[in-house]
Amino acid sequence: MKVAIIGVGLTRFGELWETSFSHLFVEAGANALRDAGVDGKDVEAIFVGNMSAGRFVDQEHISCLIADQAGLNPIPATRIEAACASGGHALRQGIMSILSGFHDLVVVGGVEKMTDVMTESTTQTLATAADQEWEAFLGMTFPGLYAMMARRHMYEFGTTREQLALVSVKNHRNAIHNPYAQYHVEITVDDVLNSPIIADPLRLLDCSPITDGAACVVLASERKAREYTDSPIYITGSGQATSTLSLHSRKQIPVVDSTINAAKEAYKRAGKSPKDIQVAEVHDAFTIGEIMAIENLGFFNIGEGGKATEEGETEIGGKIPVNTSGGLKAKGHPVGATGVAQAVEIVLQLRGDAKGRQVDADIGLTHNVGGSGGTAVVHIYEKG
Amino acid sequence: MSNVPRFWRNLKRRYNLIGTKCLNCNELYFPPRQLCPKCRRASKIEDVQLKGRGEVLTYTIIHSAPKRFEGQTPYIMAIIQLEEGPKLTAQIVDCDPTEIDIGMKVEMVFRRIQEDGDAGLIYYGYKFRPIAN
Ligand SMILES: [Zn+2]
Repeated sequence: MKVAIIGVGLTRFGELWETSFSHLFVEAGANALRDAGVDGKDVEAIFVGNMSAGRFVDQEHISCLIADQAGLNPIPATRIEAACASGGHALRQGIMSILSGFHDLVVVGGVEKMTDVMTESTTQTLATAADQEWEAFLGMTFPGLYAMMARRHMYEFGTTREQLALVSVKNHRNAIHNPYAQYHVEITVDDVLNSPIIADPLRLLDCSPITDGAACVVLASERKAREYTDSPIYITGSGQATSTLSLHSRKQIPVVDSTINAAKEAYKRAGKSPKDIQVAEVHDAFTIGEIMAIENLGFFNIGEGGKATEEGETEIGGKIPVNTSGGLKAKGHPVGATGVAQAVEIVLQLRGDAKGRQVDADIGLTHNVGGSGGTAVVHIYEKG
Repeated sequence: MSNVPRFWRNLKRRYNLIGTKCLNCNELYFPPRQLCPKCRRASKIEDVQLKGRGEVLTYTIIHSAPKRFEGQTPYIMAIIQLEEGPKLTAQIVDCDPTEIDIGMKVEMVFRRIQEDGDAGLIYYGYKFRPIAN
């Protein structure tokens, strides 16, 4: 399979009190169209990933709102929801709309406005990604689920508390070179280990923050892309999978089988294997998430992600640089936007536009997870 | 979770730990399923009473909790594998957070889970506690 990304756009990520929900999307979309050199009248459809505008900004029917505010009526606009993986799922829907021949040029975006409600309400909304009846009702929290995965990972594989912290330290270091990131501050292992406990063994600096932001990409068929650029980035692999909604129902606790299954499909479609991947953006909503991701995507053996992190294998300059953007931890995690923002980072890396965080890569991968692993979506990107 | 029917329809599950059983492959489910993922439509499902004894597979100690649970922090949440096989999430009570461990044997107790403010519904259900040696 081959679908071109001919333009990318972001908003700044952070607590953007002055900016409204629809403003975020329109800004990222306009940036992506400008980057592509595409006029609005050539856009055939919009796909938007969003987790919970209904709870975060009290607005449903956002597909209409966005097409309206973008000045793109009457083109079709469709919202896709899969909790924190909404953006990655929207990307896949956009890809399928082009591969099916329905469209030749579409905008795929993701957006979340998380700071229009109080923090208590934001965390409750995030917890709806977990099983409300059999997890949240009983007192389980979203960080608590990842904490239980971390605990079991430490128990089975000897992963250490320091190794978890090193994920956060690395991602904060990378974010310093990303002007769109929420945080531009280096942290130490001690900072992580001394931050307040959220759900033991996870602490505040193991957790991604609450973020406003949007990200967009312009997708085109191979033929259409040639009208705009000689050097598009191609998406050559896509995989999506589900698992059980609740963590307790899965066969293994410290292994995210939806990631394994989504990756299997993406590698197969691209004709690639894990060792071909030279840069990756993975779902580090919590530090343990990145450690499981680099194992489940096949970069390292199951149980060896902590050690690989400690040995610097995932640093810029390491064997496989992971989360060069700063990841969800330091770039920020506007949940619905995250999956698309990951694609933006890989495109910048493959084009050679990643400036201070640039790595040498022709093939990249993105990995976006919903809930505690109930859904996962993986994409593979190659230089044209 | 403030809607009465939503809680009421699961009362027997939450109060008495009644799961479901696939009559085709004999697999037990808790939380209950209306369809066996292995046999799907080839099977019938019936209720089954679980004994409420099991073992801690993993746990966390919640320090940052939703408002309804704030009064209980720090509290222990765990994934428990029941003796009959199914796994579930539950709070562990009557146990110091420094004592909890993977492999600990636990049994079900009937406790207050949460409530809708001062004048609203009080929800009860299962929690687990260590089995005394
Ligand atoms: Zn069955």
